[in-house]
Amino acid sequence: MSLPAGVLRGGLLPEPLIFERSTPGRTGADCDPHEVGGPAPDAVLPAALRRDDGLVGLPEVSELDVVRHFTRLSQWNLSAATTLYPLGSCTMKYNPLVNEALVRAPGFADLHPLLPDAWAQGTLELMDRLADFLRTVSGLPAISLQPAAGAHGELTGMKMVRAYHEDRGDPRNRVLIPASAHGTNPASAALCGYTVTELPANQAGILEVATVREHLGPDVAAMMVTNPNTIGLFERDIQAIAEAVHAAGALLYCDGANMNALLGVAKPGDMGADVLQFNLHKTFSTPHGGGGPGAGPVAVSARLEPYLPTPRLVRDADGLRWSEDFPKSIGRVRSFHGNVGILVRAYCYLRALGGDGLVDVTAMAVLNANYVRARLADVLPLAFPTPSLHECVFSDRELEATGVRTLDLAKRLLDYGFFAPTIYFPLVVPGAIMIEPTETESKQTLDEFIAAVRAIVAEADTAPELVKEAPHSTFIGRLDETRAARRPILRWQPAAAK
Amino acid sequence: MQIPETLRYSEEHEWVLVDDGVATIGITDHAQEELGDIVFVELPAIGAELAKAATLGVVESVKAVSDVYAPIGGTVTAVNGALADKPETINEDPYGAGWLVKVAVADPGELDGLMTAAQYRDFLAGGKA
Amino acid sequence: MRYTPHTAAEIDVMLRAVGAASVDALLAHVPEGLRQRASLASLPRGIDERALRTELASLAARNRTEALTFLGAGAYPHFIPAAVEQLAGRAEFATAYTPYQPEVSQGTLQATFEFQSAVAALTGMEVANAGMYDGATAAAEAVLMTQRLRPNRPLVLLARALHPHYREVIATYLTGIADIESVEVPYGADGRTVLPAAELLRRASCLVLGYPNVFGVVEDLTRAAAAAHAEDCLLVSATGEALALAALRTPGAAGVDIAIAEGQSLGLPLAYGGPGLGLFASRERFVRSLPGRLVGETVDARGERGYVLTLATREQHIRRERATSNICTNQGLCAVQVVVYLSLLGRRGLANVAERNLRGAHALAERLRGIGTLRFSGPYFNEFVLSIDGARRRWQRALAAGVVAGLPLGDWYPELEDALLLCATELHDAAAMERLAAALANDLPPAASRTEGHS
Repeated sequence: MSLPAGVLRGGLLPEPLIFERSTPGRTGADCDPHEVGGPAPDAVLPAALRRDDGLVGLPEVSELDVVRHFTRLSQWNLSAATTLYPLGSCTMKYNPLVNEALVRAPGFADLHPLLPDAWAQGTLELMDRLADFLRTVSGLPAISLQPAAGAHGELTGMKMVRAYHEDRGDPRNRVLIPASAHGTNPASAALCGYTVTELPANQAGILEVATVREHLGPDVAAMMVTNPNTIGLFERDIQAIAEAVHAAGALLYCDGANMNALLGVAKPGDMGADVLQFNLHKTFSTPHGGGGPGAGPVAVSARLEPYLPTPRLVRDADGLRWSEDFPKSIGRVRSFHGNVGILVRAYCYLRALGGDGLVDVTAMAVLNANYVRARLADVLPLAFPTPSLHECVFSDRELEATGVRTLDLAKRLLDYGFFAPTIYFPLVVPGAIMIEPTETESKQTLDEFIAAVRAIVAEADTAPELVKEAPHSTFIGRLDETRAARRPILRWQPAAAK
Repeated sequence: MQIPETLRYSEEHEWVLVDDGVATIGITDHAQEELGDIVFVELPAIGAELAKAATLGVVESVKAVSDVYAPIGGTVTAVNGALADKPETINEDPYGAGWLVKVAVADPGELDGLMTAAQYRDFLAGGKA
Repeated sequence: MRYTPHTAAEIDVMLRAVGAASVDALLAHVPEGLRQRASLASLPRGIDERALRTELASLAARNRTEALTFLGAGAYPHFIPAAVEQLAGRAEFATAYTPYQPEVSQGTLQATFEFQSAVAALTGMEVANAGMYDGATAAAEAVLMTQRLRPNRPLVLLARALHPHYREVIATYLTGIADIESVEVPYGADGRTVLPAAELLRRASCLVLGYPNVFGVVEDLTRAAAAAHAEDCLLVSATGEALALAALRTPGAAGVDIAIAEGQSLGLPLAYGGPGLGLFASRERFVRSLPGRLVGETVDARGERGYVLTLATREQHIRRERATSNICTNQGLCAVQVVVYLSLLGRRGLANVAERNLRGAHALAERLRGIGTLRFSGPYFNEFVLSIDGARRRWQRALAAGVVAGLPLGDWYPELEDALLLCATELHDAAAMERLAAALANDLPPAASRTEGHS
């Protein structure tokens, strides 16, 4: 432990690793192994197959120890429930608590995935209705709910792209991706055996159809586009791009990471998309969980429908059932049926809001982002002056003289009680500061945030060291990431093992 | 920024010192500064054949990865094993203890394609980096 | 229901600040043709919280979770202490995201570091990552990792006794990446995988074995590791029932190179198969080939211990198309839930739950002796295959009595048509076992009611 126990700092208590709280012989929960008789392990497992180390390395603590430990740890986090979390591209909106209550109902939580379909009709019905909602929102005719996260949806989508071309006897090997794309796009394409060509945007931050045409060729399997792009700008040429891509025999992949800007505004299917992955933890409010679990359903155009992962949900006279009878399918992308617990929450959200509520989501998300943009544009330069939708991206180029960089501004924001925006992404903007306030933030909160950013920009002039050494009020100071990477310590080990 | 007069330089910011048919190769002061604190280095096996401009290894900082290209072709005769434990040596002494590999030069003529210190200084000033 | 807070007056003030006449004007740069077709009017209108609760309650009621089931086969029913969901469900954990700002994310980071430590201890391996989507995708990522470590061996060996979902996901992941061949390795009369010939191992990047395998049978990893390593082939163990690792020799002790597991058993509800959690552990010297996130220990500016995401240059946001994996969002909160569970149970509790499972499954097998016979002679943990005449007929019959008598294996293994895969955990008491025995002993013709399919 790095501080003497009992020293309160900013209302928070220090806490060692759970392993360092151990007392030999203590346990927080137990079970009588003899309850139903049966043989002892050594009677049925040969010594060479038995574990004989007494599970060394696991903690030995009481239930109250565990409660205190994880309660204290949780208090060291800022979260969307604590404060504005303007992490661009991540859509950190409010996660309705009712959804958390509903998903824990035993009828959903205790359902085994291999029960006969007739015994799981409630969950199947929910999944089918969710699929309908998502088809309508995407403007695409078919969907799989299987992928576990956005990047998993990308992988699934690109596997379908590959299956489509191979099925036509025209395997292709290259994918076009704008330079501003998330890293998951090129990584997913590479996992499907494609090489990647990066395309630049124009001076306004927009991808031009001429650029796309220039790079298209008979070896191009697909173009992957995020719309609105990662700068929050709507790709106005998208329909022409789709046309060019299709004319070259390639497919259009739309990354749905920014769907929060499109509800009731534009449907990817109408833009010409052949594949779209949703990020339910972004657009449809399921909690981000400190990094998942999310869900990444994939909607596709008619020409890709035969390749959707199996099993697929089909309806017949007896109700809904799973079918494997799709010979062109790419197969499974995970075990069982998806992150169903996340699907239940997303369904609750969609059902509660309805079509009218979803339109309001995007309208207010766009208003909030443009409000922040308008109120900060005089103190921070915009990456592009082009009209933007649900997020706004600034650069740190005017701070250069003060020596304060984007990283410092982000750290100083923590002192003001806000989580930091996404920084240094997209890579095409030097010192990028990407702010996505989302629709659930009030004007008061936005005003406080705006005031904080303006105050920090002023501090950069008057007291640059204050900003460069931030954060000052957090539980722990700026951390040495270099040291962590040079000599990685990735686990706690019992003293004897070190 | 140091640019020793005795070395030759590539546009990818490697330096070379040829002595008796063996080239010592490293990355320049400019390169280490651009990368920031170096945390990891991946080097080729001794005996590996490197063509000019082939990937020789990888240098990583916390948030960036940079390929190192062979400024000159040949057979690897030695690698700087000390960097595995102390990659920061590249930051501290890029032209000395922070060298990466030694290569038995295949074609000394390739050296002529590299920049002198003065040319490299101009190259950096030209913003072409 | 709406979660948008602005009043009409506030919207007016904000629009004035923006310099727009209306919210619609902010969307005007989106092509008109797209906007006209984007209506969501065909969706139902929103409903309030009470109506939502009513609707969800009626859907939940159509799931028959009250039945007595002996299903395992990759998803295992276990008791979850109340503290697990209460603590992991705290909003500070649940509504944060990837800890990009470590100074205000130490809760998630330290808990994840503890998770990595606990997984390393449970598997007996040197390093573990912060988690993958599930066991099947972790297995696929493990196979891809062996391809990075053995780049000139375009062959992978998959045990037929590996869970079919795992095999299918590996196959999906492998398509399109170079020309990697996959060969299925058969199982023998004891239910264990027959170790492949040296000639095959010599050409393969990895051999993947279930541990226990899909039949519940415990493979001899030590022997397999020796055979594989003799040919410089890597051994991957894939555990569907992570609790078994508390009773069995650890993959690390057996010499495994990559140990993956489905972590659902360790404090996550069944939830119809997801979210679960892929555990992924390996050797220290392979750390730079690992997929996924890693949390490491460091110090802050004052010299105090803290935690950060580390070795991130392996990942997609930096290395892009050359990353070790495309994974970004993983199953973070599930990892917290698992480490809370493992902390509560601890060394003694987890050992006892595992022993209770092992004893219970063997007691069940004993109770069913005479009704059916054990299909395989190999040792098992909490799941086994019962050979029984008319397996499917009896299974249907039991279903009508409200008992799910495990999984008819014929769906996955045509050669095992007359076999049921049965699982007993600490949730199955003697009375439950009696009900199953009675239901299976019943071999009257099935009821005239319609048959019920399953996937």
